[in-house]
Amino acid sequence: MTGELGRILAGRVGALVPVLFGVTLLVWAMSALALGDPARASMGQRADPAAVERIRRELELDRPAPVRYVRWVGRLVRGDLGRSLRDRRPVTAVIAERLPATVRLAVAATLVSIAVGVPVGVVAAARRRSLLDHALMAGAVLGISTPVFWLGMMLSLVFAVWLGWLPVSGYGGGDWLHLILPALTLGALHTGVVARMTRASLLEVARQEFLQTARAKGLSEFTVVMKHAFRNAAIPVVTVIGLGLGNLLVGAPLTETVFAWPGLGRLLVVSVDQRDVPVAMGVVLVFALVYVLGSLLVDLVYLAVDPRTRHAAAR
Amino acid sequence: MPPPGSRVHRGLAAGAALLAVFALAAVLAPWLAPHDPLAVADASTPVALQPPSAHHPLGTDALGRDILARVLFGGRVSLAVGVGVELVVVALGSVIGLLAGYYGGALDATLMRLTDVVMAFPSLVLAIGLIAVFEAPGLANVFVVLILLGWTTMARVVRGTVLTLKSLDYVQAARALGVRDRTILLRHVLPNALGPLLVAATLGVGGNMVAEAGLSFLGLGSQPPTISWGAMLADGQSDLMTAPWAAVFPGLALLLAVLGVNLVGDGLRDLLDPRTSGE
Repeated sequence: MTGELGRILAGRVGALVPVLFGVTLLVWAMSALALGDPARASMGQRADPAAVERIRRELELDRPAPVRYVRWVGRLVRGDLGRSLRDRRPVTAVIAERLPATVRLAVAATLVSIAVGVPVGVVAAARRRSLLDHALMAGAVLGISTPVFWLGMMLSLVFAVWLGWLPVSGYGGGDWLHLILPALTLGALHTGVVARMTRASLLEVARQEFLQTARAKGLSEFTVVMKHAFRNAAIPVVTVIGLGLGNLLVGAPLTETVFAWPGLGRLLVVSVDQRDVPVAMGVVLVFALVYVLGSLLVDLVYLAVDPRTRHAAAR
Repeated sequence: MPPPGSRVHRGLAAGAALLAVFALAAVLAPWLAPHDPLAVADASTPVALQPPSAHHPLGTDALGRDILARVLFGGRVSLAVGVGVELVVVALGSVIGLLAGYYGGALDATLMRLTDVVMAFPSLVLAIGLIAVFEAPGLANVFVVLILLGWTTMARVVRGTVLTLKSLDYVQAARALGVRDRTILLRHVLPNALGPLLVAATLGVGGNMVAEAGLSFLGLGSQPPTISWGAMLADGQSDLMTAPWAAVFPGLALLLAVLGVNLVGDGLRDLLDPRTSGE
């Protein structure tokens, strides 16, 4: 069993190598293209020629492309993403400073999508084809179709501007009241996905015979749903929660812009806007790495939880 | 499409109705709009940020421009980007997917590695990164970037269908009879791949519309005087406290249009591929 799992693990990690090569090559090529003429990029048309030459050397623009890529990867491995064109600070330092705010927001949004999505899916499945089911599922479709940034503005309009219960925007020095609206906004899309998936897998499980047996034993419908159906429906739901990572990373630049949240998403937008290429591409790379490694982790958890997938993967 | 007499798919019908309204509104925008969408109020008349009224049914924005007119014209941009990008994506993606799935080999391997790399990025993040490559923001960049992002998914969908079809008896029979590859691909394989292609393309249109609005909202997409719902939302956000209508209506239009596309896409999937439908 362990040997089998070890082989699968080695296979999955091995498959990462070409992806990581492609990802780094693409990010490197994008920064090279975006930098173009570093004089214009960093200091405008009337830049001092000596300063331009210094930047050219620093960015190694005088060397052939493959050499530049290999050296770039070499620095990357040592945690060196270059320096910001604006304030000359190391890109890794800028990113590290913004990372906690994004992680905090992403964790809160995931908790929202589980805390709301799973119960909604369970209730909808238990009351299948009822008015409540239709209403909840319509709500889920609405959650999936509502553009993140507009939802954020509307929540802020209702709960901050009109009702005055919560702050309009900002980080508030980490005050949790400031976290509520951004987390609801970022989590909304995924809440809808989780609700639909929970309902669908419960209904799938409900067709199976062991539930008939449980009912025949005279167990209450609540016990049947919670103890027997839900446990077996949990596996696809866990996967979907993991897949929410993609939604979180896509939603982060938009949500953080709406709420002036000092995270990586906002940093990405501002640095592209200011043409601070090293910072922008550093953030793009971090997002891609988090996404790739996160997806691998979900895969592995899935393998560990559900023995059936292990056999399928080994074959 | 359901055969005559069968029950019409409710979600599909609702989505199609919504889309029809938006398509009509986009086409008829010049006749439906009560005012010029670009007309800036002159300083002497206090018409900026007016609430909805008989004269301005959806109110005015910070420059005194009529929001109804701008929502109507913004719909043209949104639909044009959504559908226009997807047409190129379908053409490009299905040709590459057909060839890769049918012939396999190096082309297939290259395609799969390429899609792996594109899919390793959260889509909007890669879009923003690619936008940074261009010198100045604009709608044309959004077009190019969304095509670069979209074709891989489409190629993968078509490739997957082709792989299944390739082994079926009737394709094998056609091959054994010496039918030319091009004829097999166009007459026997492509028509049977149309179902998944259509579903993916429909959902792709919605994705393009949201992406365009998102990029324009972030200030990285369309620039004035191009009217985009996303850019209108960015403008509206600064006056959210005093003039919420400037942000409410463009967003509502985007939501309903995307909802229509998603309903049609889900409905098509239910009809064309019963295995993956909700119940």
